[in-house]
Amino acid sequence: MARKIPGTKDSGPKVDRRKFLTGVAVAGAAGTLTPQAAKAAVADGSAAARLPSALPPTAQTIAAETNVPAAELNRIGGVAGSDFMVDVIKTLDIKYLPSNCASSFRGIHESLINYGNNKMPEFLTCTHEESAVGMAHGYFKITGKPLMTLCHGTVGLQHASMAVYNAWCDRVPVIVVGGNDLDAAHRPPGVPTVHSAQDINALVRDFTKWDDTPVSLQHFAQSMVRAYKISMTPPYGPVMISLDAGLQQEPVKQHNGEKLYIPKYTPTSAPQGDSNAVREAAKLLANAERPVIVVDRAARTENGVRLLVQLAEALQARVVDVGGRMNFPKTHHLSAGPPAVATADVIIGMELTDFWAVVNSFTDNGDHGIGINRTRIKPETKLISINSVDLNTKANYQDFQRFQAVDVAMAADAETTLPSLIEAVKAAIPNDRKAAIEKRGEAAKKAHAETRERTRQAAALAWDASPISTARLVMETWGQIKNEDWSLVAQSGNVSNWPHRLWPMEKHYHWLGQSGGYGVGYGAPAAVGAALANRDLGRFSVSIQGDGDLMYAPGVLWTAAKHKIPLLSVMHNNRGYHQELMHVQRLSSFRNRVASLGGDIGPIGTSIMNPDIEYHKLAESMGWWAKGPITDPEKLGPAIKEAVAVVKSGQPALLNVWTQPR
Amino acid sequence: MRYPMFRVALAALAAGVVLGHGSALAADAAKGKAAFMKYGCWQCHGTEGQGSAITSAGKVLAPDPMPLETFTAFLRSTNAAMPPYSEKVLPNEDVADMHAYLSTIPKPKDAKNIPLLSQ
Repeated sequence: MARKIPGTKDSGPKVDRRKFLTGVAVAGAAGTLTPQAAKAAVADGSAAARLPSALPPTAQTIAAETNVPAAELNRIGGVAGSDFMVDVIKTLDIKYLPSNCASSFRGIHESLINYGNNKMPEFLTCTHEESAVGMAHGYFKITGKPLMTLCHGTVGLQHASMAVYNAWCDRVPVIVVGGNDLDAAHRPPGVPTVHSAQDINALVRDFTKWDDTPVSLQHFAQSMVRAYKISMTPPYGPVMISLDAGLQQEPVKQHNGEKLYIPKYTPTSAPQGDSNAVREAAKLLANAERPVIVVDRAARTENGVRLLVQLAEALQARVVDVGGRMNFPKTHHLSAGPPAVATADVIIGMELTDFWAVVNSFTDNGDHGIGINRTRIKPETKLISINSVDLNTKANYQDFQRFQAVDVAMAADAETTLPSLIEAVKAAIPNDRKAAIEKRGEAAKKAHAETRERTRQAAALAWDASPISTARLVMETWGQIKNEDWSLVAQSGNVSNWPHRLWPMEKHYHWLGQSGGYGVGYGAPAAVGAALANRDLGRFSVSIQGDGDLMYAPGVLWTAAKHKIPLLSVMHNNRGYHQELMHVQRLSSFRNRVASLGGDIGPIGTSIMNPDIEYHKLAESMGWWAKGPITDPEKLGPAIKEAVAVVKSGQPALLNVWTQPR
Repeated sequence: MRYPMFRVALAALAAGVVLGHGSALAADAAKGKAAFMKYGCWQCHGTEGQGSAITSAGKVLAPDPMPLETFTAFLRSTNAAMPPYSEKVLPNEDVADMHAYLSTIPKPKDAKNIPLLSQ
């Protein structure tokens, strides 16, 4: 809340709010509350004569609230600080602002919609802060541009924090701005004080790249541009700004005659691998008998995918795509599954979340409850890593996974390093190795074709089962969207990777990766955010929507309908928190006990049934076209066809499909 | 896991002895389907034993399940990702019924004859 500033209401100069950057002329407009003024207010009894607010308004009050004032009424005595904040934000080309409204940012909220005309950014009404951040997460992975969100700095940020953690783990920039009222002596008591903190940013500091608490408007301008710049420098990540309520609501003031200015944003070049390390890596790869490329978040753009294809083809090296992004075309003959590392003599890992797990396995089934580690690779295999996350590792949260020793390590952005690596590899390939490399490619073509055939046969198993098999769910969906410019925006729950195994994923927007932090509840909002981005690009968005995921914050369905975001959501409704269901089953077996089902088909506490949630009715209630529950596999294709037509008309559509567990 | 082969051999021996007795009983596929659900097998293997690339490493229980003796021995002694199921938890009679159920699962259509898989 802003401080009340007696004596300034009528004395400030009139300022054209839209021109204040050409000359901020409001110095002195904002007076201060002197001790004398405060004493006077108490002495004349005005502070003591308070009346209950529930009394009916007096005739004077009615007149004051309904009559049109003779002159413009500007109670703050100058230009609102939050108007300047909006001008700063507009320089950063942020298109949307998904947010759940809160009084601690009412100043900037008002400025965004009335001064900023609700454009660049456009306020999108969210019903949960986790949804807002999740939407920003999905949006970035389509556009490569961050969104900002506003939230209460305390309770709102607490809601948002899991989604911020997902963004952190998934290396996605989100600009989170939390409202807070720092001035304990002047902020309103009661709820606004309960919703204030000394340091709201502390809540997310362990999983944001940077944060700040601006104490002046100029400070805000620098912090906002800096926050944007830091979040958009690989490794990307969320940033946090604490926004003081007083700073938003008080008028613009000059400091020592300085005029406010907005710093220019210049993108920071992404870090490229050291040239000596690149040459060393290229030499290892060029002379390898069986090189394997493993990628996780290596390609974030169409160009990144193209560069990876160039590197793979230069070496005829098989590529294992771990799936943090759509790195490599699944239709390419060099696309391979994780077992490809077993015979490798050189492995290059690019932007891997977990290099250890690429080259080792962990079996959760050892004596005394301790799992078993086994290597997946030959002992002499050389390992190369290019990973920008090496430049920004924090201590508390363990998203950096187990330590894996490698032979060549580059703290660098993989996509940025690829051009020089490709050139170095081409230069390093000895002439007498070219025939062997070509032969390697032929073997890969054969293996790729055989794998594809085995995968098709595996998909045919339980094809007519009810509940519907995940393979059928995925392929019936594919049958109806294959002629669209499609984008699989999220896949929550687990459908045995059928889309990655059977859909011809080739473009970077065909798959966006998972949540990063495995915080359940990402799928629905990320899908809506990505669908928003795809809507503007004319693409068709489809999501495989898990049941457990949707129930964390289903209000994002309403946001999609409200803002006319077309999305086909095909539910993988296996009626349980299936990962946990299997964990409890596993522990029951280890402990030599039969799992207690309590009338469901999964252990107590893991099923979502009895009663079964009617997700189609839930979606309908929030403005979606919806149908379900669909249990007959023969009825699935026609239902999806109907839903696709609805989505193409510009609306979201949901199908509640009862599925096999995995 | 220490001495895994020793454990497998012991379990196989035990299973063989028990199954020598159990095989005389008439296995019931309907009961077996209920047991397959009750003991949570479906959770990783699917209700028709179709398996999953993720939760059963692509292992398929049906059609054509492995012989009952091998099936039981694995259940009792597995030290792979799947935890072992003791006879206390999963009696031999139920194992035999489950095996009977899996034996009733028909062969799938050839993927070539499923239009969505043959494109």
